[in-house]
Amino acid sequence: MDAQELVERFEAFDDWSDRYRYVIDLGRQLPDLDDAHKVDANKVLGCQSQVWVVVREATNERVVFDGDSDSSIVKGLIAVLLVLYSGRSPADIVAIDAKPYFEQLGLAGHLSPSRANGFYAMVARIKRLAAERATG
Amino acid sequence: MTAALEPVRFDVEAIRHQFPALHQRVNGKPLVYLDNAASAQVPVAVLDAMDHYYRNDRSNVHRGAHTLSRRATDAFEEVRARVARFIGAADPSEIVYVRGTTEAINLVANTFGRSRLGPGDEVLVSTMEHHSNIVPWQIVCNQVGARVREVPIDDRGQLDLDAYSAMLGPRVKMVALAHVSNALGTVNPAAEIVARAHAHGVPILLDGAQAVAHLDVDVAALGCDFYAFSGHKLYGPNGVGALYGRREHLDAMPPWHGGGEMIRDVSFDGTTFADPPFKFEAGTPDVSGVIGLGAAIDWFTSLDREAARAHERSLLTAATARIAEIDGVRLIGTAARKEAVLSFALGAHHPGDVGTLLDLDGVAVRTGHHCTQPLMRRFGVPGTVRASFALYNTHAEVDAFVGALRRAAHILE
Repeated sequence: MDAQELVERFEAFDDWSDRYRYVIDLGRQLPDLDDAHKVDANKVLGCQSQVWVVVREATNERVVFDGDSDSSIVKGLIAVLLVLYSGRSPADIVAIDAKPYFEQLGLAGHLSPSRANGFYAMVARIKRLAAERATG
Repeated sequence: MTAALEPVRFDVEAIRHQFPALHQRVNGKPLVYLDNAASAQVPVAVLDAMDHYYRNDRSNVHRGAHTLSRRATDAFEEVRARVARFIGAADPSEIVYVRGTTEAINLVANTFGRSRLGPGDEVLVSTMEHHSNIVPWQIVCNQVGARVREVPIDDRGQLDLDAYSAMLGPRVKMVALAHVSNALGTVNPAAEIVARAHAHGVPILLDGAQAVAHLDVDVAALGCDFYAFSGHKLYGPNGVGALYGRREHLDAMPPWHGGGEMIRDVSFDGTTFADPPFKFEAGTPDVSGVIGLGAAIDWFTSLDREAARAHERSLLTAATARIAEIDGVRLIGTAARKEAVLSFALGAHHPGDVGTLLDLDGVAVRTGHHCTQPLMRRFGVPGTVRASFALYNTHAEVDAFVGALRRAAHILE
């Protein structure tokens, strides 16, 4: 599924409890991170729950991410973000702005400011990880 | 033949009409405000009093010779007397206005505490304390070489009184404990706790932030040395609270914040300070906040408080029993004596997830560590979901809360 498909599926839901259910289900489809990866070095700071984002594989053409959280909703948001970013080239990941995607999904108005901050902190981490793997 | 019991008469609907904030919809549903332990809503009487001050009496206090200043000062000081009566203090001069319970405890720690604590001394707090009744003591203890020690609690969230007594050794110079726990709702046996501290010659501060809206507080009867509470948890405005301190302590304590109002004479050769309470009230105070606090106390004390308490207790009892029927709900804080607070975990789900889903149904609860990280660790949770009741909540709202929680559990499973 790509970002556009996700937006369409999201818009098809009538109410927010269905949307959250869908987000939670997406998160449950993400593999759990090994405990070995759940370390401070991989943590995204600025979230009320614990969030880890790591690189699973990286080449000049693509970076694939994994992520996990002790919050089901946040893990779902990680999955939502990875639909947009995972598997793209490092340059694309750095360039693509999550905000319009976030707004199309209706999340901008719906997450609390602190949760939104966590979301943007995850975006920042994804971009930083990609930038580290981009060659000049 | 026994007479039929009269149902408790308490007109919740009439009371609710006095709270503008309660009559709104959230996410298309009626607001069910169950975050009262964080801040309670404010009745029109309080709004009107503060508005009246700004529209008619706005002036600085204590300094002016003119009419508005006199009106503002009279109102400001009259509230001090009202606060004293409200908590059973002997004299208004034993009431210091502060920004809230946090500032009150910092004030005591930095003046009374600092002057009495030395290397090797101890301050006793408990596992259930709010950070505002731990950190100020830690800061001062670190500065003077003393240490903070933790009175343990049992699995029900009750203070271990035997351990408390055992810990009241010769090095203890201060005890600081919650009257009612913000995270658990536990009501601590305040009179007993004070008596044991005093039997060992140790002064004691009680954190009353969660108590004053739910219990009758009589500091003279309790015998405590200090008592602190906040306006915003008593149907009053933000930014104002009160510290009760026994007069002999306030007299002996050095000042904390220096500046205007708290002085007698100022010169570059030396400065002398005003008597308590003014010695601890530097600068222009939050006059409108104090006016609002006074109006909140007036409003609150005009109610049938026995009936209000019975109503709140019936809400807590009903909500507790009904959520305990939901698969995966684990109650956190099951003390024999509780007020107003219902903390729980839902399976292994993050409390934030539960709170987010409840919010979709218009139900406002608080999630997280509630500024009690040591307590959360004691119960092995990252945080809890906390529903907290006020006298304007209803049984219909309990229904809505339970229904929303069932729906949330279903979405998360």
